[in-house]
Amino acid sequence: MLKVDNLSCQKGYNLLFSNLSFKVNSGDILRITGTNGSGKTSLLKILAGLDVQEQGNVFLDNHKLKSEAYQQEIFYLGHLSTLSEKLSTLENLEFLTKLNKSTKQIQLTKALSRIGLKGYENEYCNKLSAGQKRRVILAGLFISDAKIWLLDEPFTALDANGVTIIESRITKHCKQGGLCLFTTHQNSDILNQKVLAL
Amino acid sequence: MNIYLKALKRDLHIAIRNPSSILNPLLFFIISVSLFPLAISSEATILSPIGSGIIWVTSMLSMLLSLNALFHHDFDNGVLEQMVISHHSLPLLILSKITAHWILTGIPIILLSPLFGLLLFLDNNGVYVLMITLLLATPSLSLIGAIGASLIVGIKNSGMLLSLLILPLYIPILIFASSAVSQAQFGLGITGQLYFLATILMVSLMSAPFISSIALKISLE
Repeated sequence: MLKVDNLSCQKGYNLLFSNLSFKVNSGDILRITGTNGSGKTSLLKILAGLDVQEQGNVFLDNHKLKSEAYQQEIFYLGHLSTLSEKLSTLENLEFLTKLNKSTKQIQLTKALSRIGLKGYENEYCNKLSAGQKRRVILAGLFISDAKIWLLDEPFTALDANGVTIIESRITKHCKQGGLCLFTTHQNSDILNQKVLAL
Repeated sequence: MNIYLKALKRDLHIAIRNPSSILNPLLFFIISVSLFPLAISSEATILSPIGSGIIWVTSMLSMLLSLNALFHHDFDNGVLEQMVISHHSLPLLILSKITAHWILTGIPIILLSPLFGLLLFLDNNGVYVLMITLLLATPSLSLIGAIGASLIVGIKNSGMLLSLLILPLYIPILIFASSAVSQAQFGLGITGQLYFLATILMVSLMSAPFISSIALKISLE
C-alpha cells in the first residue's frame, strides 16, 4: 500500500498543494487530474524520489520514500522523451531497461512488438514520429517488474490504438497486484479507476 | 560494473554517430596550436621554451569546450532523471560519462601531442614528459570539469559560467604539468610535479563522481 500523508509542495512562492493525504492499495489505479500548474507532475516526481516535498511523508508498505526498498518498487515515466535521437529504438530501450534493473525475461523486441513497433527495432529515434517515440518509452511497461508505476501523461501523442494498448497493460499490471498512478488531461476508459483532483 | 560499461558504450555510440561532438574540440586544439608559430615566431629558440605551455593551455581549453554538453543532452531528454532514480549507483553512472568524455577528448589530444610537441621544437625528453603529464592530468580535467557541468546542468547558455567555475580549479594542474615539461627540457627532476598530478587525479577520481551526483540531484529538484 502506498500511503501519502500530509504532503505539501511549493515551487517558488507558488503553493501547489498542501496537506495532501491519500492511500493507494495494491490493485488500485489512481488517475490524477487538475489544471495546468496544479502540481500533478510535481506530485509524481515527489513520489518517484526526484523532487523534494515541503512537508509530509510517503510510505510504501512501511518503507520510507527514497529508501532502497521503496525505490526498487518504482517505475517512473516523465513527460520528457527519455530517448537519445542518435540511438535506435532497441538500443534506447535496452539502456532504460538496464537502468531499471528489470528481471523479467521478456525480449525487448517482443516488448516493441506488443506496443506496435514491430519492424522499427533498428530505426534511429530521430526518424520516429512523436507518437512512435512515446511508444518506445511505454514499451518499458511490458518489461518493468516494479510494483508502482508513476506515469506522467502516458497517453500524450498516442493514437486510439496506442491508448487502448497502454490502458489494457495498466489494467493487467494492477490485476496482478501492482498499482498505478497516472496523470492525464484526456478521458480514460480504464475500469475501476480512482480519481484524485488537485 | 556491468551498468558502467553499458553506459560507457551508450555514450561512445552517441558520440560516434554525432562526430561534430568529437571533432570540434579536436579541431580547436589543432588549429590553436598551429597558429602560435605563425603569430609568434617559427624560431626554435622562441617556441621551444613556451611550447609545453601552449599545448597545455590549448588542451585545457579544448576539453573545457566539450564539457558543457556532458550532461545537457541527458538532462534535456529525461535520461538523467532515469539515472537518478535508477537502482544503480549514480556516481558510477556519472563516472562512465566522465570516462567517455576523456576517451573522446583526452585520448586524441594525448595521441596528437608528440606531433605538436615536435612542431613547437620540444626535444625528445620534453615530448615524452608532455605525454606523461597529459596522460596523468587530462582525466583530472574531465573529472573536475564534471563537477562544474553538473552544477550548471539546468541553466541554458551557461558556457561562460562553466569556465568561471572550472578554470580556477584547473590552474594547479596547468602550473605543475607545464613546469614538469619545461624542467624536463633542462634535464631537471620532475618527480615532484608528477606525484602532484597523480595526487590530483586520485583525489578527483575519489570525489568528483560523488560531488557531481549530489549536484545533479539538486539540479533536478
